[in-house]
Amino acid sequence: MSLEKVVTHTGVGVPLRESNVDTDQIIPAHFLKRITKTGFEDALFSRWRTDEDFILNKEPYSSGTVLVTGPDFGTGSSREHAVWALRDYGFKAVISARFGDIFRSNAGKQGLVAAQVEQSDVELIWKELENNPGAEVTVDLENRLIECGSISTRFQIDDYTRWRLMEGLDDIGLTLRSADAIDEFEKTRPAIKPTTLPAKLSEV
Amino acid sequence: MSTPRTLAEKVWADHIVVEGEQQGDVQTPDLLYIDLHMVHEVTSPQAFEGLRLSGRPVRRPDLTIGVEDHNVPTMNINEMIAEPTSRKQVDALRDNAEEFGIRLHSLGDAEQGIVHVVGPQLGLTQPGTTVVCGDSHTSTHGAFGALAFGIGTSEVEHVLATQTLPMTPFKTMAINVDGTLKPGVSSKDIILAVIAKIGTGGGQGYVLEYRGEAIEALSMEARMTICNMSIEAGARAGMIAPDEITFEYLKGRPHAPEGQDWDDAVEYWRSLRTDDGATFDAEITIDANTLEPFVTWGTNPGQGVFLSDSIPMPESFDDPADKDAAERALEYMALEGGTPMKEIPVDTVFLGSCTNARIEDLRMAAAVIQGREKAEDVRMMVVPGSMQVRLQAEEEGLDKIFKDFGADWRFAGCSMCLGMNPDQLAPGERAASTSNRNFEGRQGKGARTHLVSPVVAAATAVRGTLSSPSDLGMTDYIVAPN
Ligand code: SF4
Repeated sequence: MSLEKVVTHTGVGVPLRESNVDTDQIIPAHFLKRITKTGFEDALFSRWRTDEDFILNKEPYSSGTVLVTGPDFGTGSSREHAVWALRDYGFKAVISARFGDIFRSNAGKQGLVAAQVEQSDVELIWKELENNPGAEVTVDLENRLIECGSISTRFQIDDYTRWRLMEGLDDIGLTLRSADAIDEFEKTRPAIKPTTLPAKLSEV
Repeated sequence: MSTPRTLAEKVWADHIVVEGEQQGDVQTPDLLYIDLHMVHEVTSPQAFEGLRLSGRPVRRPDLTIGVEDHNVPTMNINEMIAEPTSRKQVDALRDNAEEFGIRLHSLGDAEQGIVHVVGPQLGLTQPGTTVVCGDSHTSTHGAFGALAFGIGTSEVEHVLATQTLPMTPFKTMAINVDGTLKPGVSSKDIILAVIAKIGTGGGQGYVLEYRGEAIEALSMEARMTICNMSIEAGARAGMIAPDEITFEYLKGRPHAPEGQDWDDAVEYWRSLRTDDGATFDAEITIDANTLEPFVTWGTNPGQGVFLSDSIPMPESFDDPADKDAAERALEYMALEGGTPMKEIPVDTVFLGSCTNARIEDLRMAAAVIQGREKAEDVRMMVVPGSMQVRLQAEEEGLDKIFKDFGADWRFAGCSMCLGMNPDQLAPGERAASTSNRNFEGRQGKGARTHLVSPVVAAATAVRGTLSSPSDLGMTDYIVAPN
């Protein structure tokens, strides 16, 4: 399986003026009961979306594809559903000064660009998007460049994730190229290491 | 002489299958071998689905174990799970375990429980191993000197298919906790103080190594509480060097090595300690002598103060973002700056979760409530972290102490730690909770959470307002004796 290649994306920017948006806010736990991997668009920020003033309830932001948010986005639980919800809603990129580690890593696996910039740049883009609702943001992975109105700034993303996103490469397929090395490693793995099978149980 | 290395670096190095390299301008990650992979019903269905779609088997069923914990009920466990979507998820895990040959401890099984309680208890979590699970609190297992971290569902699929993960090395941070804890102060208070100090993002990109006199004095249970909440400090993993206390805990556990293997293992485990002269990328120090019971007032774990303090005024924050966050949190929590923490009344006390529902946590709480009366309007729920903890507690008569006190004595599961099973707070309800997250809506829609240690939870159930054992006149009370 391979992913869609992402090289550059341009779309309506959504200024979300919140910091510390944890994954419980991105997608509340009760949506985690689904066993499918798609169709999470309704779950995104679901608690906030009941408030009609919430930014995604307002035109033209509701059709946004680039989320521009405060620091520490995606902290908290490991739920990859947070990324699926953003992806299913239509977001292609999230811009923030700081991301939760697991969120960032999950994003890279689903073709969602997590672009890190200085908070001062986030502030500038927020102003631009608020003054010109519907303004577009371009996230150019090739040149690691974000452009919005007259703002142009470089963003950080680790080289490997960027490369995989641009090539549309599936992680498992890549790893399986090293199957021989895994076989070799297993041969040298010490026998004292635990195994779950055969199962041993507590004495009751 | 080889370069001095940290604990995390040693464990990392021992698991490199393919070392990352510079390819053009891209640095590829290291491919790490995974010793133990734990799965649960919530973050695994899509991973198994992925395997099926691509026709891949589980590479090492014998390094994989499943439990049902997140959305299972904690009462009437012999009946069918009432809520259809939860049942569907649990059924999916059962089907997947069967199809792929994975050991599963289901609801009603004597080894069932919260994944991070079960792994250590079975002796599967061992020093120097790599442990992963599709759950951020996998950091708990680092208390044994394992490199343990939470992963997303795509990574769950990756580990199932390959028993490896491509990973970019972490940076290392030493958290030195010197001195001795005062009576009534526990490891939960240490980690809440660490988070308040470095912030909820302070550990991002790091493996934290907790060390120093106060850490060495802690039991394994207490160490697990600390490592558990590393993720609340932003770090994916936290570790503590294995020592005699670790070996003592492991000896005789079902999956611990035996005979000659035990001796060989201990020798290896001893070699894992951070070498003298090894350098960390960052280092902080906390003085245990100055700590008091800690409690949160806001909606992230960094928004905490000593129980003897008052809620800070939003204006007192220098950073405008912190001030905004405080205002938003206080509005959600229906609290005002300046209110003494001890004046805050609660509706519910929850003693449970992978942070604080091990046998020692239950013993500590029971010691506080024994012979005392519960505040009339307060509901208390006690949810053992695993069936083994429940059985052990019943053997010690702890269940009676809880029941006589008027607490609800439940079966094992994540329960009220997160709002995806029947145990939830009602909108607006306020809880003192021994869990790890006080996010908006975490314990139920509109629910308000104060994170506390087990002894503070117990004292709060007695007084009805946030309280410590010393408020009950317990002065010589020592928490977590070894
Ligand atoms: S008890 Fe809470 S934190 Fe621990 S695994 Fe369960 S839901 Fe996660």
